[in-house]
Amino acid sequence: MLATINFFDVLFLGEWNTRVVVLGAAMLGLAGGVVGTFLVLRKRALLGDTVSHAMLPGVVGAFLVMQAMGGGGKSLLGLFVGAALAGILAAWAVPALRRSTGLKDDAIMGVVLGSGFGLGIAMLGIAQGLPGGNQAGLESFIYGRTASMIQADAIAIGVTAAATLLIAIIFAKEFRLLCFDESFGRAIGRREGLLDLGLMFLAVVITVVGLQAVGLILVIALLIIPAASARFWTDSFTSMAALAGGIGAVGCWIGASISALAPKLPAGSIIVLTLALMFIVSMVCGVKRGAVRRVVRAARLKVRTGRQHLLRAAAESMELSGEDYWTFDNVLQARGWSPRNLRSIHHRAARSGEVVPIGSGRYRFSDCGYEASEQVLRNHRLWELFLIRHADIAASHVDRDADLVEHVLGADLVAELEQALERGDETPSSPHPIGHTL
Amino acid sequence: MPLPHQPTSLPPGDEHDLSAALSIHDLTVAYDRRPVLWDVDLDVPTGCLAAIVGPNGAGKSTLIKACLDLMPRVSGEVRMFGSPWRAVRQRVAYVPQRETVDWDFPVSVLDVVAMGTYGRLGWLRPVGKAQKCAAMEALERVELTELAHRQISQLSGGQQQRVFLARALVQNADLYLMDEPFASVDAATEQAIVAVLRSLREAGATVVVVHHDLQTVAEYFEHVILLNMRVVATGSIASAMTAKNLRATYGGRLTLLEQAATALGQLAKDR
Repeated sequence: MLATINFFDVLFLGEWNTRVVVLGAAMLGLAGGVVGTFLVLRKRALLGDTVSHAMLPGVVGAFLVMQAMGGGGKSLLGLFVGAALAGILAAWAVPALRRSTGLKDDAIMGVVLGSGFGLGIAMLGIAQGLPGGNQAGLESFIYGRTASMIQADAIAIGVTAAATLLIAIIFAKEFRLLCFDESFGRAIGRREGLLDLGLMFLAVVITVVGLQAVGLILVIALLIIPAASARFWTDSFTSMAALAGGIGAVGCWIGASISALAPKLPAGSIIVLTLALMFIVSMVCGVKRGAVRRVVRAARLKVRTGRQHLLRAAAESMELSGEDYWTFDNVLQARGWSPRNLRSIHHRAARSGEVVPIGSGRYRFSDCGYEASEQVLRNHRLWELFLIRHADIAASHVDRDADLVEHVLGADLVAELEQALERGDETPSSPHPIGHTL
Repeated sequence: MPLPHQPTSLPPGDEHDLSAALSIHDLTVAYDRRPVLWDVDLDVPTGCLAAIVGPNGAGKSTLIKACLDLMPRVSGEVRMFGSPWRAVRQRVAYVPQRETVDWDFPVSVLDVVAMGTYGRLGWLRPVGKAQKCAAMEALERVELTELAHRQISQLSGGQQQRVFLARALVQNADLYLMDEPFASVDAATEQAIVAVLRSLREAGATVVVVHHDLQTVAEYFEHVILLNMRVVATGSIASAMTAKNLRATYGGRLTLLEQAATALGQLAKDR
C-alpha cells in the first residue's frame, strides 16, 4: 500500500527531488522520439547504434585525459565532450569507409561498432586499475543510472534535449525531404551531405545526453522504439513525429519514476522496457498498420469477395439451368470453395437478405440480391473484356472490388466496352464459356 | 560588348549554341573506372520536347543525373541557358524515376507536390498557403485533385508518376529533365503526361525526357538524342531517327525488336 502511494507521488511529481530528474528524462524522451523519427525514415537506425557504442572510448579517453591533467576525471561535461567527439568520428567514419572501400553499410557499421566498443572496454579496464577509477562511475555510462543523476545533471539534460528538439523542428521540412527523396533534394540545390551531417549531429547529442539515463548500449532504443511504434498509428509525417515524441516522453517519465523508487534496478533497462511495452501495444493495436487492423481488413476482404463470388456463381448457375433458383451443389462445383466455406457465405447472404433459402439445398435471390448480382456480373464481365482488349494497360487498373467499373475506368471506356459487347446497357454475356471461370 | 550571360570557359572555336536550353560538352562519366558516358556532346534548343533514346544500360539516366551534378563527372561541362547548373538551378526541374523513393513513406500527395516549392522557399521558411495553392494547381494539371490528401502508398504506379510530374510543375521551371516518366504507366497517365508536355512547350519551356518506347518518339517529341554510351545522333526526328542511326544505337538488339514487332503484328492479324 505504502509503495503504491510512493509510486503515484513520484509519477505525479509530488517530490521535488525526483521531479527534476523525471522531467529531464521526459524531455530527453520527447526529443529522442522526434529525432528518431528522422533516423528511422532515413533508414539509419543502426547507424545510431554504431555511434553510441563507439562513444565508450571517447568517455573513457576523456576520463583518462582529465585524470592525467589532475582534474580527478569526474567532470560530466568533460566526459560528454569525449563521448560527442567519438560519436561524431564514428558517424563520419561510416560514410567515409563506404566511399573508400566500396563495402556495404551494414558490414562497415559492424566493423566500426565492434572495434569502437572493444577499444572502449579495453580502455575501461585500464581506467579502473587507476586510483580513483572505480569511483568515477564510468560503468554507469554503459548501463545508465538515472537515480544517480543529480538535479543539475537533469536540468542540463532537459535543456540540451529541448534545444535539440527545437533545431529538429526548425529543419523538419528539410530533413523530411532528405528522408523521402534525396536526389530531388540535391536537384533543387540542397546539400545532402550537410543535411545528413546535421541529422547525425542531432542523434549524437541525444545519445550523449542519454548516456547517463539509459547507458550507451540501450540509448538507441530511445531513438528508434518511439518512432517505430508511432508508425503503426499514423500515415502522416507530422503526427508520426509528434506521437513518437509523446511515446518517448511517457516511456522515460514512467521508467524514470520506477527507477527513482527502486534505485537498485537498472534504470536504463526499465525505461527501455517501458518503451518496448508501448511498441508491442502499438504493433497490435495501431490503427493504421497494427496487427488487429490487418487481420480485420483481411477478414473483411474475404467476406466481400466471398459475397461477390456467390452472387456471380449463383447468377451464372441460374443462367445455365434456366431456373429461377440454384442448388447448393451446383454452385459448389463452380468454384474451388469448400462446402463449409460456401455454407457460411450462404448464411451470411441470407442474413443480409440478399439470398432466400427455399429448402432442400435450393436458394433464390431476393429483389435486392438480384439487383446486386446483376451489378456484380456486369462489372465482372466488363473487367474481363477490358483485360482481353486492353492487355497493354497496367493490370493495377483492374479493380474487381470497385462498386462501379466507371469509378476506375471512366465513363468513356466503359461505354466503349459495353458497345463492344453489343448488348447496350444490359448485363453483358460472358466473353468466355460459363463454367470455365478463371 | 559581351552579352551578360556569355560563358567564358567554353573553349574558343567550339560551335555550341549559346541560346540552347541545355548544352553538354565532352561529358565523360564513369562508375568505378568503367565508362558509362563517353565524350557526350550535344545541344538541346530552347522550347522543344526532346527524347533521349537508347538501349538499356546506354547511360540515359546517367546523362540526366550528370547534368544535375547528381553524379560526379570525369570530365566535361554542362551549361543550361549558357550558365552552369548551380547558377540557374531555380529554372531547372527534375523528375526522378519513381522507383528511387519509398512509396510507403508517411507523407500525403499534397506534401510531396509542395516539395517542388522548396527550391524557392529556402531552408527556413515553412510551406504556407501560397505554396499549397500552387501544389493544388499542379495536381489539377495532372488530374489528381481528389487524391491530394491521400497517403502516397495508396496510389497506383501511374498516379505516382503523375505526382512526381506535378512536383516538377510546381517548380515553374524553364527546363525540365525527366527520367523515364512513361515507364510502365497506364494509357490514361501516358495521355495526361503527353498533354502536360505539350502545354509546357506552348509556354516556351524545354523538356528533356528519357524515353524507352521507340514507337512513340516521333509522335511525342520533335528532337531526339540517340545514345549508347556516346551520342550516335542528335537533332530533329526527321534528320536523326534514321534506320541507320537506330541500328548503330541498338546494334543487334534492334533486329530482335523488329522481329518481335513483326511477330506481334502477325498475332494481331490472326485474331
